Amino acid sequence: MNDAIEPLFAVGDRVTVLAQWPHGHIRTPIYCRGHSGVIERLCGHFPNPEELAFGLPGLPLRPLYRVRFRSRDLWPDYAEGGDDVVEIEIYQHWLEPAGQAALLRNPEDMHA
Amino acid sequence: MNHPVADAAATENGYYRRLQAAVEELLILKGIVGRDEIDREVAAMEERSYRRGAAVVAHAWVDPAYRERLLADGAAAVRELGIEIGALHLIVVENTPAIHNVIVCTLCSCYPRALLGMPPDWYKNIEYRSRVVREPRAVLREFGLTLPEPVSVRVHDSTADMRYLVLPMRPAGTEGWSEAQLLDIVSRDALVGVALPRGPEGS
Repeated sequence: MNDAIEPLFAVGDRVTVLAQWPHGHIRTPIYCRGHSGVIERLCGHFPNPEELAFGLPGLPLRPLYRVRFRSRDLWPDYAEGGDDVVEIEIYQHWLEPAGQAALLRNPEDMHA
Repeated sequence: MNHPVADAAATENGYYRRLQAAVEELLILKGIVGRDEIDREVAAMEERSYRRGAAVVAHAWVDPAYRERLLADGAAAVRELGIEIGALHLIVVENTPAIHNVIVCTLCSCYPRALLGMPPDWYKNIEYRSRVVREPRAVLREFGLTLPEPVSVRVHDSTADMRYLVLPMRPAGTEGWSEAQLLDIVSRDALVGVALPRGPEGS
């Protein structure tokens, strides 16, 4: 693939979802923004849906991952099983290596 | 995509129903698509049923090598059975004694339609979409499924290009059953992860 961005992350890498709140057709759920998880797999390369939604080509193709989050990490008051997880498809441009995580974790805090 | 605000307006002569009719008329008048093409596509859409997904599961239960291929590359394994799924990117997630999988699209209503047909209304409902990630066990209980405590729940949020199918565990007491018999106990809800297939003891 010539017109594709190289994957930056490997399975098992710990990543943090960017705590950003742009307008538009965003496929990154708000509930995981600012939270950290682990790369479960690389799904492949796909056009950027944020551009496709506006009739643009969405190129270059972007690596799409599945990221596994512990439910307890997403919601500190998560009251069900301690080992429960949520796995979410997230494009590479929404991820950064964990450790550089934003100080603020909750969307509510972001708006404070 | 189904958005909650659209749901109310999609009924009867709601805004979106009228918009859809107007766009359809325009496309036909301008010769971009024929009425027969639209009818064919709608018929094909309505013809697809979760029974295709159930057939995949039943085959995986009787053929361990197929099960391996299904988990490694879902779409390729489904096509192997002659099931036409277009460009579907499919991930098959397997229930085990330790892990229960459940599928949702919190953003809209992404669903493996090519394999399971149209999604049920509850799948598109804002309540299911918002609650099943946050309190999956409570939601599953409302579906009549109580998971034993040591089982951990894995919720898959279908947010982008992949679609999901749950491979349930084969119920006890079905040893020696034919593939056709097995197919009959796999419900649509079991393929989404909000129910389990029932064996002869109702297990």
